Parts: sequence; C-alpha cells; structure tokens
Amino acid sequence: MISLKELKKGLLTSLWFVFLTFPIMVIKVDPFERTITWRWHNAVYMAIGTFCIFFIMKFYMQRKEMKKDTQKDSNDSILQKTLLDTRKRNIFIGTVLAVALLFPQFVSSYQTNVMTTALMYVVLGLGLNIVVGLAGLLDLGFVAFYAVGAYSYALLNLHFGLGFWTVLPIGGLMAAFFGIMLGFPVLRLRGDYLAIVTLGFGEIIRLILENWGTFSQGPSGISNIPRPSLFGLDLSLGQAINYTYYLMIVFVIITIFVVNRLQDSRLGRAWIALREDEIACQAMGIDKRKTKLVAFSLGAFWAGAVGVIFAAKTTFINPASFTFLESAIILSIVVLGGMGSIIGVIFGALILILMPEYLRALSEYRMLAFGAILVCMMIFRPQGLISNIRRTYKFDKTNLKTTPK
Amino acid sequence: MMNKPILNVSNLTMDFGGIRALDSLDLDVNSGEIVALIGPNGAGKTTFFNCITGIYTPTAGDVFVTPPDSNKQINLKGLKPNQVTEKGLARTFQNIRLFEKMTVLENVMIGRHCRTKAFIFGAILRNAATRKEERSILEFSYHVLEKVGLADFANEFADNLPYGAQRRLEIARALATEPLLLLLDEPAAGMNPQETMDLDVLIKEISREGQSILLIEHDMKLVMSLSDRIFVMDYGKKIAQGTPAEIRNNSAVIKAYLGEEVNA
Amino acid sequence: MDYFIELFFSGLTRGSIYALIALGYTMVYGIIGLINFAHGEIYMIGAFTAFIVATVLSIYGFPLLAIVVIAGVAAVVWSSSYAYTIEKIAYKPLRHAPRLSPLISAIGMSIFLQNYVLLAQTSDFLPFPALIPEFAFMEPIAHIVGSSDLVILITTFIVMIILTIIIKFSKIGKAMRATAQDRMMATLVGINVNSVISATFIVGSALAAIGGLLIASHIGQINFYIGFIAGIKAFTAAVLGGIGSIPGAVLGSLILGLTESFATGYVSSDYEDVFAFSLLVLILIFKPSGLLGKTTNQKV
Repeated sequence: MISLKELKKGLLTSLWFVFLTFPIMVIKVDPFERTITWRWHNAVYMAIGTFCIFFIMKFYMQRKEMKKDTQKDSNDSILQKTLLDTRKRNIFIGTVLAVALLFPQFVSSYQTNVMTTALMYVVLGLGLNIVVGLAGLLDLGFVAFYAVGAYSYALLNLHFGLGFWTVLPIGGLMAAFFGIMLGFPVLRLRGDYLAIVTLGFGEIIRLILENWGTFSQGPSGISNIPRPSLFGLDLSLGQAINYTYYLMIVFVIITIFVVNRLQDSRLGRAWIALREDEIACQAMGIDKRKTKLVAFSLGAFWAGAVGVIFAAKTTFINPASFTFLESAIILSIVVLGGMGSIIGVIFGALILILMPEYLRALSEYRMLAFGAILVCMMIFRPQGLISNIRRTYKFDKTNLKTTPK
Repeated sequence: MMNKPILNVSNLTMDFGGIRALDSLDLDVNSGEIVALIGPNGAGKTTFFNCITGIYTPTAGDVFVTPPDSNKQINLKGLKPNQVTEKGLARTFQNIRLFEKMTVLENVMIGRHCRTKAFIFGAILRNAATRKEERSILEFSYHVLEKVGLADFANEFADNLPYGAQRRLEIARALATEPLLLLLDEPAAGMNPQETMDLDVLIKEISREGQSILLIEHDMKLVMSLSDRIFVMDYGKKIAQGTPAEIRNNSAVIKAYLGEEVNA
Repeated sequence: MDYFIELFFSGLTRGSIYALIALGYTMVYGIIGLINFAHGEIYMIGAFTAFIVATVLSIYGFPLLAIVVIAGVAAVVWSSSYAYTIEKIAYKPLRHAPRLSPLISAIGMSIFLQNYVLLAQTSDFLPFPALIPEFAFMEPIAHIVGSSDLVILITTFIVMIILTIIIKFSKIGKAMRATAQDRMMATLVGINVNSVISATFIVGSALAAIGGLLIASHIGQINFYIGFIAGIKAFTAAVLGGIGSIPGAVLGSLILGLTESFATGYVSSDYEDVFAFSLLVLILIFKPSGLLGKTTNQKV
C-alpha cells in the first residue's frame, strides 16, 4: 500500500523537520548559569510525529481525490440534516435549552463560571460573524470594541455610579459609535489592508488604555466593578454566578434570534453579495459604504455589550485582557465553526473555550492550537466545521406562495 | 412607440494618464429602442459603460437620463455606481460577475435592493411591512426569472449554472432593478450559436415589453437583427451612427473593422 | 545638538533594521500579493537561533569573530528554511483561494510560531550576548554614535547593495521581477513560478534574520514576542514606502525610524508604539499606495 518512494519521501520530510526544529526544540541554553541542555528526545518525537503526519496527509489527499471522482460533495452532516427538519430541529433546540437551563444545578460554580465565559465567546463570535462571515470584512481589531464596552461600564460606574442595566445598552452603543468612527475612513480599503488597519486600531486602543493612566488607571486596571444587579436583591457569590449565567443564556438567545433575522433579510443578502463581489454589488444599486458600515457597527455593538457583561462578571478589568490574541481567538472561533454559520460559531466557541478548560494538559498548548486551527481550516475546510445552511425558497406556482424551508 | 430620449450622453471624455480612452463622445437612446454600440477591440466601449455607470468618473462631459414620467433631466456624472443604478441604469458585465455562492433567486433578489427599504429594525422585528416587502421582492424576482427562463433553477447556486444561463441570470439581475435603460456588455460573448439565438429571442421579448436597451456586442448578426440604431466607435471616437442598413454600407466603419485596403 | 545627532543616528539604526524586515514584506507582496503576517516571526526565529548558537559557542569558548560568523550563518539558514517550509505548508495550497484565506492562514502561522518558541524555549526575556565589540576608534564619539550603530548601518548598506545586484542582474532576480509584473506571463515564458516564490521567501527571510541578529545584539535581549511589534512596524514602513516597491521599503523604513526616534526623544516614549500604529492607519487611509507605490485600477 505504501510504496518505497513514498516511504523515502516521508523519511526525508521528517528529517527536514528535525533539522528545522533542531535549534529551538533540542537546544536549551541558560545564559545566566551558562549551561546547555540537549533535549534529544524532542528530535525523536519530531521525527516520529512528522513521519506520521506525512502519511495521514497522504491518506487524506487520496481519499479527497477519490471522493471528487465519485460524487459531488453532499457532505451535509447529521447535524445539518437535523436542523433542516422542523420537527427534529425543535426537539434538538428544546433539549439543548433544557440542558443549558439545568446546567448550574448539577455542577460547581466554577464550572458555571467557565460556561458563562464560553457563552460570552459565543456572542462575541456571533458578533464577529456578522462582520467577517456575512459581510466578508476581516476585522482583526474586534477586541477593541469589546474593550470599549468593558471600560464604558467600569468608568461610568466608577465616576457616575451608573448601574449594569443602564450601561449595557450604552456600552453597546459606544462600541457601535467607535465602529462607525473607524469604519467611515477605512471601509473603502481593500480586504487585506482593512485587516491590518483594524489590527492597528485595536492595538492603539489597548496602548492608550495602558498609557493614559489618568483616564483608565493604566495597566493596573479597574477593580471592584459591581456584578449585575437583580431588582436590588442581595445575591451571594454563588447566586450571582448563576444569575450571570442565566443572563448570558438569555443574551445568547437574543443574539441568535437577531443575527438569524438579519441574515435572512434584505440587509443580510446585501452583506453576502458584498462579500461575493463588490463591484457587481454596487452595480446592482447597493450602497457599499453604508452596508459595510452597518455590518461593522452591528458587530461592534455586540462586542461592546459583551464587554459590559465581561466587566460585570469578572469585577476587574485591565488592558491585558484586550490584546490582539483575544481578537485572534474570536476569529478562530468564527473560522473553525464556519464563516456565516450561526450554529457553527456556537460550536466553535464551545469547543475552543471549553476544551482547554477541561483538558488541563492542553491549556498550555491553547494558543499553539488556535494558530494551527486557523492554518488547517483555511487549507482543508475553509467553510468551517459546519458550513452555513442557506435558506431556500419554495414556490407554489399557482399562487406563488413562498415558504421558507 | 414614443421617441422620447431617455439617455443623453454629451461630450463624454475619459483620460487615463496621458491616454484619451474616450474622446468627446455623444450618444443618445430613445425610449423603447434597442441601440447597439460597436467597434473594434480596444475602441473604448466598456470604458464608455464604466463611465456612464459611475465606475469611472469621466474627465469631461455629461450623462443625462430623463425618466419617462417627467421631462427633468438628471445628470449622472460623478454619481456612485449604486446611485446610477437607483436613477435607472442597470448593467451586465462582459466577464460574468454573479454572486456565485448565492442562489439564482437570491442573485435576482439583490437586484431588488435599491427598490426596497427594510433595514436593521425591519429585519429584526420582521413586522407586517417588512414581511410584505419580502414577499414582493420574492414575487418580483421569481417573475423576472420566469421571463428569462431560469425559474426552474431558482434554488441552484449561481456558479452551478451553465454558461449561457449565467449570462441570462446577469440580465435577470439587472432587470430586477426596474431600469429605465438596460445596459448589456457583450451579452453573447462566449455563447454557442444556439445560446446566441435564444438570447436574440430573449432580448427581443424584453424589448417588446417596452424596455429600452443599450448593448455592446461583437456578434454582428445579433447586432443587425436586434438594433434600431447603431453607434460605431474606434479609438475612443464615434465614427458613425445610423440604422443597421446605413452602418452596413458605411465606408468609415468598414475601414475601421477591416483596415485600409479593402474595397467594399 | 549632540542630542539631536544622537537621535538622528539612533533613528537611522532603527530604520535600517526596519528596512531589513520590510524588504521581506514588500518582496513577498510584490510577487504573490500576500501580507505575510508570519514574517515578523521569521525575524524572531532568526534572532532566537542566533541567540542559541551564539550562547552555545560562547560557552564552548569560541572566539568572538567565529561566534558572529557562525551565529549569523545559522540565523540566515534557519530563518530561510522556516520561511520556505511555511510557504509550502500554509500559503502554497491557498494560491487560488479567496484573497483573505492566505491572510488568515498567515495570522494562524504567526500565532503558531510565537507559541512554538514560547513552549520550546521560554517566555522570559533572555540576555543576548554582545556580538559587536566597542571599537577603540569610536571612543571619542561613543556617547553619540555607538559601535553597534555603526556596524548596523554598514551591514545594512552592504546587504542592500548585494540585494540590488541580485535583483537587477541575477537570473533569479530577473525572474522575480517578471513574476511580480505578470505571473501568468512569467509562467508562459518558462519561468518556474513556484521556485521564484520560494526564492523570494528565502531572500526576504535571510534579510530579516540578519536584521534579527543585529537588533538583538544592539538591544541586548530577546523574547518570543519581539516579532509581532517589529513585524507590524516593518509592515508600516513597507506600506509607507509603497508596498511592492523595494526602494520604497527602504525609504519608508528610514522615515519611520527617524520619526520614531525624534518623537520618543523629544515628546514622550510612552506612546512610541501608538505612534507607529497611528501612522500605519493614517497612511492606509489617506495614501494606501504609499510614497513610491503605484496605484492600480481594479479591472472591471
């Protein structure tokens, strides 16, 4: 099955990687003690690892070739099929909801807290999904809007004593406002330039928060931010954690509802068309700038609102929570799940945020994995784990009634 | 058929750096007419389209449209492409530019964008007005698809369509904007004879419903069969205009197409 | 006045380093139109390899000159090998994918490499051995221009000349220019575009590795994160000069280096990075074609 030629190629590949990773994987120097550690075992792991990966890749490629010959891809997953059937879909959603609601009753508050974080990333992912997945605008500074929301709550509370519920919409609107301010000049840029400008913007916001101490209290951050209130009731810590969790569940549901409706609207179609071909889009009478700006600011609104919740949940924020890596994580969620696909983004967020939590051994390799995921998804499955299920329209020709399927 | 002008292009000039791609070009289209713009490769026909649809801003000259229900001329010069479409010029592209990952129907629905209004809140609330609008978009788009004979493919992805059907979808998408004037940029390019014949029938049908059409085309048989009037360009200048019969015998045109030493 | 000259030279030094990195961005962009986000990491890996090799050699008691040469060669060899491999793994399969796919892949690569070095080595700042000695003849002006400034300037200058010769006169240089102009046409006249692309990555990363070695020895410390900021700044310089243009990258780098140096010297050092990022945003908004770049019309 494996020819000699392939075996040789595999060996050469693994040798190449051993050579490549030699200085960094094998040698470790201590410049203070002036000692050298030779970690030869790493070279061995590397050799075996790359050798195996080489053949897995070969196998994968072969299978892909064969698939291409036999049938055009109808690789709808079971999940997709379930979601297309209305009755099954309702059962599915009902089950998920029931599990979600009962979840805090059966696990520790630590676990609930982790789940709340994951849910926050679901919403962040859905927000970024509007921008990247639907409108096709690669935003690498998404975390800036998240920071705007978080700092809105922290500062408005600190100086004016405004409560969580007041600031929640304000934080969202502030972020949307920032989105519009940034979007006006930059949205006419070509895709890759836009990505870099948004990255620069994100870093600027973080650096300002870090350096403008009188405004933001600098790197030490702001602490003692009040948790979300519930009709002025006094909640114990455990209750507060559960309360935040349920709040987040509601928020996720609202977000899904809104994003779903946006996607299936005149605006949503315009976004997708814009992603496909800007020039044709304009020629069809779509105002490119306005449409992009709406996507950009809507995405920012969600990030801002989650920022407020984040500040309230952790009761402490500092600029270190809003680095470029955070933007990269949210982007990974969208890319892994499937750009433009709501259910995909939800799964993406749960996988990427919960997996490192529960597999402690993996948490060290978290960012390494995120980087690898971005590369692998682009190469092997650019549509994501769960590609977008598109709404189709059915026609009853006699009276032209339309039923969304 | 009324002979009221709906498009008046006067003195249109476009410079790229030092090169004059269009040189004070005049052109007009009357309501209900099919007008063809022809000329050898590189004569500046597509540049002309790009100038009047706002993709390029012309160096000089004016582009006026006159809506049939008023006598007020609207100058399109300097407007953005989407505004031009809103004012009533809709185009197709020489190299097909469909939204490939959208369905055929959705492609046409995009054409309805500039004639509808629902926005963020309409989309989220999905109130009665929005629902009604969505239904009207669907119905209109479906009718347009029926008109061009693509209704059976409504839920296919656009890039799965055969070539000729993709060209027709481009036309359908432009028609969905309810244009005063439909601009077709080489609609028959790359089509086989059968597809070209079908296209001929389709354009005539659209025209019969009162649609004014301006087309760029290389297929002379199609041009002669369709056009009421023909404009001929060469090196950015207009070298002739007239009915198909007049153009067929015009020595300047023959020279431009075939070179100097031909005795017509 | 001394302060001014000091700032001027430190600006030139910075600018030279940026130029060495920026060239990699600009050459790759010129050929495949990709913002090679992982380029900063190539530079970091160059610096890290140099650090490891130099420290090992110094522990074994090699003479300084040997250390400099071997560490330099190692940095260049490994940086180029990484770049070559990355191109094959992360970019080549995406050559016909939508424009944003390779960029996302590059970002992934960048994050991957950062964390790879972090995990395999350490997250601490490490002291980089001083590879450039204090020259005796520089003594009188050492408070204004350091020896390492001088070495960096001279090295950069020599490297630039070599690069110019390669691109202008060598066969692969001509192939690179042809491919940058029209990849399709280059293929048709028999240029092996894949090897041209590989060569571009290799040359670009060799330059970055030299930059990494020089700056690390100049500043005296490195960690896994140096590539990110340096990469963004060099990218800013490349865009400032007009991305795709080689003289533009050098010009942009010098301008960025000088302005940064004066801004931190006379205004405040707190906002050093904010300044570079703001400059980047402003250029992209107001003159995306840069100083020496060409504006391209999108074909309809």
